Amino acid sequence: MRTEIENKKFNIVGKPVIRQDAYSKVTGKAKFADDYKFEGQLFGVMVRTKASHAVIKSIDYSQIRNEDGIKAIITSDDIPGNKKVGQIKIDQPVFCSEKIITSGDVVAMLVGEDQTELKKLSHKIKIELEKLPVLEDPQKALEQNAVLIHPESKTNLITHYPLIKGNVTKGFNNSDYLIEQNYTTQFVEHAYIEPECVTALPGEGMIKVKIIGSIQNPFTTRKVVASVLNCSLSEVEIIQAELGGSFGGKDDIMNVLSARAAVAALKLNKPVKIKYEREESILESYKRHPYIMNYKVGFSKAGKLKAMKIDLLADGGAYASMSPFVTWRSVVQATGPYEIENVQTDVKVVYTNNPYTGAMRGFGSPQPIFAIESIMDEIAITVGKTPFEIRKINGYRQNSVTASGQKLAGHEVTLPRVLKKAADVSSFNSKWKSNYASSQKLKQNNFADKSESLILTKNEFINPKNLLRKGIGLATSFRGCSLGAEGIDNTAAYVSIQPDGTVYILSGLAENGQGLRATFSIIAAEIFGIPIEKIIYLEQNTSRIPDSGPTVASRATLMGGGAIKNTCTELRNRLINVLSSYWKVSRKNIYVFKNGLVFPEQKKSRKIKFHDLIKLAFEHKVNLSHVGWYAGPKVHWEEKTGHGSAYFTYVYGCQVAEVTVNVGTGEVFVNNIWAVHDSGKVINILGAVGQVYGGTTQGAGYGLWENISTHKGKIRELNFDQFLIPTSKDIDKIHPYFIEGKESYGPWGAKSLGEPTLELTAAAIANAITNATGQRFFNLPLNIEEVLLRKKLYPESLKRGSAS
Amino acid sequence: MPNYTLIVNNKKQTVNVDADTPLLWVLRDTIGLTGTKYSCGEGICGSCIVHLNGEAVRSCSVSINEVSGKSVITIEGFAEDPNNSIIKSWIEEEVPQCGYCHPGQIMAFAALYKKNKKPSKTEIEETMNSVLCRCGTYPRIKRAIEKVVEHGGSL
Repeated sequence: MRTEIENKKFNIVGKPVIRQDAYSKVTGKAKFADDYKFEGQLFGVMVRTKASHAVIKSIDYSQIRNEDGIKAIITSDDIPGNKKVGQIKIDQPVFCSEKIITSGDVVAMLVGEDQTELKKLSHKIKIELEKLPVLEDPQKALEQNAVLIHPESKTNLITHYPLIKGNVTKGFNNSDYLIEQNYTTQFVEHAYIEPECVTALPGEGMIKVKIIGSIQNPFTTRKVVASVLNCSLSEVEIIQAELGGSFGGKDDIMNVLSARAAVAALKLNKPVKIKYEREESILESYKRHPYIMNYKVGFSKAGKLKAMKIDLLADGGAYASMSPFVTWRSVVQATGPYEIENVQTDVKVVYTNNPYTGAMRGFGSPQPIFAIESIMDEIAITVGKTPFEIRKINGYRQNSVTASGQKLAGHEVTLPRVLKKAADVSSFNSKWKSNYASSQKLKQNNFADKSESLILTKNEFINPKNLLRKGIGLATSFRGCSLGAEGIDNTAAYVSIQPDGTVYILSGLAENGQGLRATFSIIAAEIFGIPIEKIIYLEQNTSRIPDSGPTVASRATLMGGGAIKNTCTELRNRLINVLSSYWKVSRKNIYVFKNGLVFPEQKKSRKIKFHDLIKLAFEHKVNLSHVGWYAGPKVHWEEKTGHGSAYFTYVYGCQVAEVTVNVGTGEVFVNNIWAVHDSGKVINILGAVGQVYGGTTQGAGYGLWENISTHKGKIRELNFDQFLIPTSKDIDKIHPYFIEGKESYGPWGAKSLGEPTLELTAAAIANAITNATGQRFFNLPLNIEEVLLRKKLYPESLKRGSAS
Repeated sequence: MPNYTLIVNNKKQTVNVDADTPLLWVLRDTIGLTGTKYSCGEGICGSCIVHLNGEAVRSCSVSINEVSGKSVITIEGFAEDPNNSIIKSWIEEEVPQCGYCHPGQIMAFAALYKKNKKPSKTEIEETMNSVLCRCGTYPRIKRAIEKVVEHGGSL
């Protein structure tokens, strides 16, 4: 862990601070959603069909209706308000009543005391279906005769974002070389270790329903539940339990589950809990979008990019969910952090009968980054440069103009710095050159051509000495911070100083496990100059704090931290006013809040203890509680042309991966990941390092192993025996480095880190594998069959693989 | 439903559940010790690890009728001592992010360490490799363990 700026002028910001929730989390005391138990609580168990696309002809509950174990069968008919939900397009039924359009769909919920018994009873329900053709290939979704997933929307197109800059035809004509290549990526499951769980309780007083659950975005859930119950937002109270991982995943699915639990709780006037088993979690929850990508690039002999034409097609699955926002980030960032005069990008996302896709850490960036960073390496090799040099030639600098015509000004464009740092600390250039030279001598296997029978002839044997090959790869990115032109960007914070000098704080954003509470507490402790133990972070409850939008888009530190800082600063100014009139000193003096003391900078002998100052303020009838606000500046986007200032600021990152490839088995081991990120000022250094560890590990999983494969809309990998996430043995060393670029927004210029850490790793690993083997791969994940056979073994119907 | 008696965190407990009820649910739902977590239900992820007569077991995959009369230690019982070096090291190394898997991570290592105060790198690797963490806290888990082993930490 290294940061460039000395932390001397700060009391606590940037210094190692142990998060306050560590103790409760390692002793089993932290209360996650299923750790709450309520008097008289009932369970809800889902009823599903075996279809991926079908008309529901009839559902016969007669076999179970009179069973003692059944307290209620909740269906669409029980919903008092909107029967469909959705954050952008309202297209997802809470309970399906007419059609099944994906295999996770739910037609009813059985409610009773015993979950196991309810599950058994659910198999006795007779559901008559009329099967419809299953649309599983997104490439066929826009064909004229394609079956419509949502006939009312008259097309399977969810959104199309075009972007045009300059003239690509001219750019290609002025190029010395052209490369065109297809890439594909897979469905990925978030695989939060805690499966979904929520309890709805009939409200007391004027609150209609109270919900406690594993909810990523309490305000979004509140909005959905209120619309389903047909009541006001204020009548729904959402309390966030300790969240056992989310990574973007406990959003839409939790909104739907909360709505189902709420409908049942109100019907029965009892608490109703839904807790998912792993299999149904993977079956029903949304995934990361698979992308089919075509990149065509034109460039000069010197390696300067001249033109780029990009076509991205994302599989949105059965419901729109966050697809329009996910793919919008793709259109902004699809070229990678490179200056190109002529760009034409088209990003489309379509409906299919596959599992629906939505938000997942990275959010529309890991897919195009895999493609663009692969092709940048191909360009380098074509013109005889190193991957480092090609990025240095084309990478963004201060005042560069993006594909959407946005000038990168107003913040420090640190791409050249992060790139150099990453190359230096990993000895990238010398390692890459030496691996490249030896990979060119490597006899390539032809397993791909003979995958029917892997019996090798004598001259195909690989000398055991040559089995293990080292490779190093590099990837860079720029990433827009926070929501950008996709949403309303502001956050609230509540800060209340108590008479004894302890401080309550609460943000409208929610702890997702990433350590937001610790970061916000550090900010408050810094402003008041008091130890972190004096800061008490309150429970997340939608009735106690203004709606601040969702905790997404790596916006918590930037936006939520900004609100905490503003709010604390307001109270600090009130305290300064009290002190200056008490001491009869001009309030223009600079006051220092440090080590529990407050004093004027010029006259350090005159000081007051923080808690004495608080007493004084209370005696002077000063209000020491405040709800503050932080609003992002204006951004805009023209959807027809793809022009605009998409985000108000950006972060830059570069990761280098070093791998060992077993060319006899296709197995890849990750030896090192050097992760260099400019996330602006680092507030919570331990949290930041943790983000790098987590993001790169998930990124490696995305690049190498994780794969949800669908066949006729059905998922094969329903548990961790087949959906393989990284274990502690898969990656050896991760080396985080932080560059703190100058930034005017955010608390002291702090920006974003959570997602940048994930988006680069798969691309860096893919480039490292090529460096080791001399072969390029175009289809994630680069699992053993892809590396050895250049194809995916399952499902056979989907011909995905570098050999095809 | 039959009665089963077991010792949980050194306290005798009698429970009345079906014979095939997994120990995990007896601990969480019947006895009310919610520190042990459910995640995969198939013995793959390790979130539900407890000690059964001193051995690390995945409580989702052991039924109550196999446990009768035996001693079970859960994270609550294990973490009782504030000087427990494993718990302390986990906190000092800022290991947890979401925190959900750590009761299992800690109990997995604790079973090994109780038996062997000087476990080899391979033994540690083989033990911890089968406990999943999606937040990717593995480097810190490794460091917390190294620290305990280096200092010969007490339990």
